[in-house]
Amino acid sequence: MPDHDEPKLPRKIEETDDGQTVFNVPFPRTLDEAALQMLKNMGPIIFKQPYQIDYIHSYGQDSPFFAGLANGVFLGNRDPGSGYTYATPRGHDMYSGTETEWVVLPGEGTIHAFTVCHFGSEEFLPQTPFVLILVEFEGVDTLFLSRLVGVDPNAASLDWIGMKVEARYLRNSKLKPTDVYFMPAGDNA
Amino acid sequence: MRRVYVVSGGVSKFSKARPDKTFQAVVKEAYDYAIRDLDLTFEQFTELVDGSVASYFSDHFQRQLMSGIMAQDYLGLCPKPSHRVEGGGATGGLCFQEAWKSVASGDMDVCVAYGFETMSHVNTWKGNEFIALASDVSFDYPVGGFYSGYYAMMVTRHMKEFGTTVEQMAHVSVKNHINAYHNPYAQKRHRYTIEDVRSAPMVAWPLTRLDICVMSDGAAAVIFCSEEGLAKLEQASGKRYPRVYVESIGRGTDAMRMSDRPHQTFDEFMAKNALAIERDSMATSAYYKDLWDRGFRYPGVHSFRAGRMASKQAYERAGVVDPLHEIDFVELHDAYTSSELQTYEDMGLCRYGEGGPFATSGKTFMPGIDYGLNLPEPPLCAVNPSGGLIACGHPVGATGLMQGVFALWQLQGTVKKHFNDDKLQIAHAERGAIHSHAGTGTYVTVSLLRKEA
Repeated sequence: MPDHDEPKLPRKIEETDDGQTVFNVPFPRTLDEAALQMLKNMGPIIFKQPYQIDYIHSYGQDSPFFAGLANGVFLGNRDPGSGYTYATPRGHDMYSGTETEWVVLPGEGTIHAFTVCHFGSEEFLPQTPFVLILVEFEGVDTLFLSRLVGVDPNAASLDWIGMKVEARYLRNSKLKPTDVYFMPAGDNA
Repeated sequence: MRRVYVVSGGVSKFSKARPDKTFQAVVKEAYDYAIRDLDLTFEQFTELVDGSVASYFSDHFQRQLMSGIMAQDYLGLCPKPSHRVEGGGATGGLCFQEAWKSVASGDMDVCVAYGFETMSHVNTWKGNEFIALASDVSFDYPVGGFYSGYYAMMVTRHMKEFGTTVEQMAHVSVKNHINAYHNPYAQKRHRYTIEDVRSAPMVAWPLTRLDICVMSDGAAAVIFCSEEGLAKLEQASGKRYPRVYVESIGRGTDAMRMSDRPHQTFDEFMAKNALAIERDSMATSAYYKDLWDRGFRYPGVHSFRAGRMASKQAYERAGVVDPLHEIDFVELHDAYTSSELQTYEDMGLCRYGEGGPFATSGKTFMPGIDYGLNLPEPPLCAVNPSGGLIACGHPVGATGLMQGVFALWQLQGTVKKHFNDDKLQIAHAERGAIHSHAGTGTYVTVSLLRKEA
């Protein structure tokens, strides 16, 4: 005789009503040859399967850029040898392979290219229409992707290219590149 | 490198959604078609095929990793060698080239490339979000990640630099949709007008819904073989197959973030990026010098340097000097009407800056089809005779292989057999190019296919 009670092991998986619970799926009552054959004519079962996840994202060597934005400073990177300057941070220069250094970029630039998004990815759909711009800066070799406010999105015009714009910062950082955005220069309204 | 033949292909009918089958079973439709077209049984082909390359873009769309092996398994190809390739929108083109390499290198005598994408498992805007995750998630995606927006920015710069117009882009949409009217595999078969394109809902200024390809569920398969592989297949079937081979391949890349694309000088462009035909022409050199004098820089965001480098490599390897006159047709990656027009320039079908007028010239249209347009010049080098991505659909991993299948059928002269319509058959096609392109021009492949003399 064992000197302790046998553990009571579960004999079935407990059924609950949470998540996806189906109470009946149509199916032949008897599975004869004809019914098995008929399964080929059955339509597909289609249902919704939710999926949600939180990522731990590190800005790595680009982190000072975001710290800068949070403090109202627009930082870029420069190759120490050639002086080639990036408006979008880049830890190493693409031509020399050298580690870049941090520089403060001008807060004023001009529109190099733009679009007005009337549709968008699901995350941004509620923000439509919004204006995307690539900004160029005097003395800087690459561009910066940003949002433009202060123009009528329904009056898009190629004349926007070349427009002088100035940086604005969110009061409270969201630690995203949209902590900085642009307005037509001199528009203090 | 050995000569590599392309002997057969198959495409599933591209559609918005294929809930009737799992993706593996959709791949099997294309795969079985390719085997049937060789007049081989499933068992005969399974015996002779040495391995495969699988192509699909995103694990997100199905929330399924390792879809490649699932297709391999379903096709009955285990335990033969295989691997999956991925490179955004160019995934199918990369797969085509990897299968070519498997045979050219002597690793395999018969290799099948299959590709697929199942984009219908999420709604369109979530799908756009997944695709936008192919842009830098630190700097690009959070600003408003949307590829239609990225391409729209690229074309506003093209319009500003060169005076390109939305009507010129709309010509591409009209052409490709009307071509697809004769292609039973295409998802969208409509006879649109320029006005239809311009009055469609605006998606990202200036691109309307009819300037942009749609999402699709679909699959495609292409069978490659060496001389020895061809002999084995023909011995098994007792048939002689038309000789179409891969003449050359080319690839290029560019900076992930559009903002990082260089703005090179005239001398750099002429030394690194100009095609021989451009370098050797005094008139073209002078034309480019004038562009630079007026502030043009290369590639900037208006041109796809990766597309140029892929074309240049493929042309140099094949000895193609004058692509417009030496290539009979091109199946290119027209995810946007604007990118077709920009790609004309990258591929050297016209000079940089002349894509707009070239789009309306008539040279890229099919003979014998009424487009309802006034085209000043006769057809010369049909671009997207199949209807391209805009009309056929763009199930990413299948797209570049679909181009390979349609190019093969053109060179075999079998379009009528496969389409039940010979309207899209290009008479006496000897050489075709296929061009596959990943987001904003990061990876681009160009492969030349040729009928053996």
